[in-house]
Amino acid sequence: MQSLPKRCLWAGLGLLAVTSQTALAAWQLDMTPGVTDISQEVFALHRTMLWWCVAIGVVVFGAMFYSMIKHRKSKGQQAAHFHESTTVEIVWTVAPFLILILMAVPATKLLIKMSDTSDSALTVKITGSQWKWHYEYLDYQGNTDISLAYFSVLSTPRDQIERPARASGLFPKGAAQDRYREDGNYPEAGEHYNMEVDKPLVIPTGRKVRFLITSDDVIHAWWVPDFAIKKDAIPGFINELWVNVPADKPGIYRGFCAELCGKDHAFMPVVVEAKTEAEFEQWLADAQEQQKQEELAAASSIDKTFSKDELMAEGEKAYLARCSACHQPNGQGLPPTFPSLVGSPFTVGDVANHIDIVKKGKNAMPGFAAVLTPKEMAAIITYERNAWGNVPADGVDVVQPRDVAN
Amino acid sequence: MSEHALDHHHDDHAHHGPAKGIKRWLFATNHKDIGAMYLWFSFIMFLTGGALAMLIRAELMYPGLQLVDPNFFNQLTTTHGLIMVFGAVMPAFVGLANYMIPLMLGAPDMALPRLNNWSFWLLPAAFSMLIIAIIKSFLGIADAPNFGWTFYAPLSTKFGPASTDFFIFSVHMMGISSIMGAVNVIVTIFNLRAPGMTLMKMPLFVWTWLITAFLLIAVMPVLAGVVTMMLTDRHFGTSFFDAAGGGDPVLFQHVFWFFGHPEVYIMILPAFGIVSAIIPTFARKPLFGYASMVYATASIAFLSFVVWAHHMFTVGLPLAGNLFYMYMTMLIAVPTGVKVFNWVATMWRGAMTFEVPMLFSIAFVILFTIGGFSGLMLAITPVDQQYHDTYFVVAHFHYVLVSGAIFSIIAGVYYWLPKWTGRMYNEFWAKFHFWNSLLSVNLLFFPMHFVGLAGMPRRYSDYALQFADFNWWISIGGFWFGVSQLILLGILIQVCFRKKGAPVSDQVWEGAEGLEWTLPSPAPYHTFSTPPIVK
Repeated sequence: MQSLPKRCLWAGLGLLAVTSQTALAAWQLDMTPGVTDISQEVFALHRTMLWWCVAIGVVVFGAMFYSMIKHRKSKGQQAAHFHESTTVEIVWTVAPFLILILMAVPATKLLIKMSDTSDSALTVKITGSQWKWHYEYLDYQGNTDISLAYFSVLSTPRDQIERPARASGLFPKGAAQDRYREDGNYPEAGEHYNMEVDKPLVIPTGRKVRFLITSDDVIHAWWVPDFAIKKDAIPGFINELWVNVPADKPGIYRGFCAELCGKDHAFMPVVVEAKTEAEFEQWLADAQEQQKQEELAAASSIDKTFSKDELMAEGEKAYLARCSACHQPNGQGLPPTFPSLVGSPFTVGDVANHIDIVKKGKNAMPGFAAVLTPKEMAAIITYERNAWGNVPADGVDVVQPRDVAN
Repeated sequence: MSEHALDHHHDDHAHHGPAKGIKRWLFATNHKDIGAMYLWFSFIMFLTGGALAMLIRAELMYPGLQLVDPNFFNQLTTTHGLIMVFGAVMPAFVGLANYMIPLMLGAPDMALPRLNNWSFWLLPAAFSMLIIAIIKSFLGIADAPNFGWTFYAPLSTKFGPASTDFFIFSVHMMGISSIMGAVNVIVTIFNLRAPGMTLMKMPLFVWTWLITAFLLIAVMPVLAGVVTMMLTDRHFGTSFFDAAGGGDPVLFQHVFWFFGHPEVYIMILPAFGIVSAIIPTFARKPLFGYASMVYATASIAFLSFVVWAHHMFTVGLPLAGNLFYMYMTMLIAVPTGVKVFNWVATMWRGAMTFEVPMLFSIAFVILFTIGGFSGLMLAITPVDQQYHDTYFVVAHFHYVLVSGAIFSIIAGVYYWLPKWTGRMYNEFWAKFHFWNSLLSVNLLFFPMHFVGLAGMPRRYSDYALQFADFNWWISIGGFWFGVSQLILLGILIQVCFRKKGAPVSDQVWEGAEGLEWTLPSPAPYHTFSTPPIVK
């Protein structure tokens, strides 16, 4: 039996260990060294720069503070009158210049290394759009017939994110009334709040992976801090970057969109899952098969006729996932940029126009023809024409996949 | 005291005094009236932009969206940036230039007084458009500009809200105002110097402003060009920034930053001038290297034209481009270092006292240098892949702009306020203002380095949980800094309107040198009608 103080000490140390571990993550002070060779070199260079700055700072601020303490009038100090000294001025011009050269040499070497995108085993095309990432596998070890592509969308539920402090007024517009909870009892944010997606990008470890990056609408930037790679996705242009995750470092790596891209800039994270080569190849085969099945199902669903209830149920789910960020779960939108769908000519008016907008987009709204299956679009349109008390003026309250596909 | 101040004008000068009532301000041609209007305008804009920053910090205090929706959040950051850059910092320096350059050169007024009037009165018009836009958005009527103060295409062209056109108009007006102000400064300096006031005898504030004015004339038309290209892309079928029509969104960034980088120095060179006036005064020792300060300023201005793409290290520039812009950017550290070393050498073995202008100037030198260090780190292209568009950048430019440019403006105001009004500010409250500002500005901006390095991107309306703790403290620092500036407002109201404060001598500060200190305090409405002889 341990004595009481001793037990307290152990308990305290245990608590300290636990808290310091969580605190470490929350109070992170410095850049992550990351997992790749490049990211670790970037980190080392960052530290070198930091220590240069600290050293220069100690000298300059040291002289300043010494002077401020010693050379005060209140201490009876008489002002000297020296000024101008060519020698001193040459020294303090040349010395920084030499330090800069010392800094520039490793930076140049590293930059050249980072720019070399040759000899990759896998090429993935990344396309940013408001506000999601699209990954398309183009080339794996010479095989260019992979035909695997999918979107990667934030999976944090909206009721974790939106926690209005007031029920009324502008803050936040639109859905505040619906989302406001008087008891303040909002769902807890999960561990990977705002850094989780439905389908991560999957890459093999131990192989060089090249990314071709572009955008469908505005400029985005694809960034994974653990890889120390960040590149802008520019509409109409293709940028390159690459990563080689070491073979012994499979895992899930999380990143961000780093270029302001509109309303939900903060809500389109990057998640990369690095798998060992064997696991990756297995995953690739499975994913290809799954995609094939989904395409077949989508194609066969075009000829099927669904009941209104089926479409409404699927439509509500798809609407909340795909449409509610702008048009809001209650359909009232965020006017004027994101119009209300309640009693709106878009949803209760001509059905052909409604289908057209969902497929091709309008103004700030992207088209969904490439993103959703005809069945999903039909379900969303059916839902929008009937939800929130909407009654279609032309009497068409059910839209079937074939109506959308044509 | 107030009676004395008023009598002063009539006793000493045969000239007519100021016009009565609103006409004095609407039709102002007197450099002191216009300078005062510029300074009050910029202070009002500083408080307005600050209020927007308070909302931003309130939203970011906790993870999740509690107060504003993300679209309105983007409008807040955009309007905050535009108001602070074009409405607070730049007009404050123009105000100081208007007030002080004629006094420092022994000139009776600015060379082009009517132009001066027009360049001021454009500003309230320009900024009412921006402010009306954000108020309309607040009321849920229409969206304000929401694409960041850098308004990158195509977010601002194809995807910009209707108010973007008013934003373009507003930027045009600000540009015209700045160009006219710059022309006025250059003409005044070249033509209205008192006999014997050679260029190399001019106070450094005048020198830095001369160089700033040339920068303004060089780059403001480029800004006007880029917003005009936006306008034609939006409405007249051109495709400068749209790849679908043969254009390039990156072209926008090149043109914008060709303006934008010199703009950064436009906001800091006059600050160097102010601090170079204040430190020698309170160290009672001449500036260590006057000539090298002038050359360093000119070198910084020259380099500012060849570093713009360091804002674009992730857009996919060719390797050679990235290397060139990295080297050029690093080079700026040399003349900037010369300046900092000069200030330290000026303080060395002086007989220092620490009145409030000196306190703000010393804080400027230290905090601006910290901003310079992070600038040097950001210049290193391979590491910038991690820093780019994170809070590390936000920390960097707030260190150089808030604790840099704005601290220098505040230092200048405390330094010359007794000369302008004939009354000393309340020492206790001014020191209280200083210490609160100093502590809060660091609580506000220093942890931004940490969250930035830890990976928090800028312009995020919500963030992952690991950034939450620091963001709470940053917000506390923000509110503290914001409230602290109301102390300055109180001090200014006391001195300027309630006419409180001890009368000061003409010399005001024991160690001050320059023509402005040979004038009575307060400086009469018309000064140097007969030019002084400078030996």
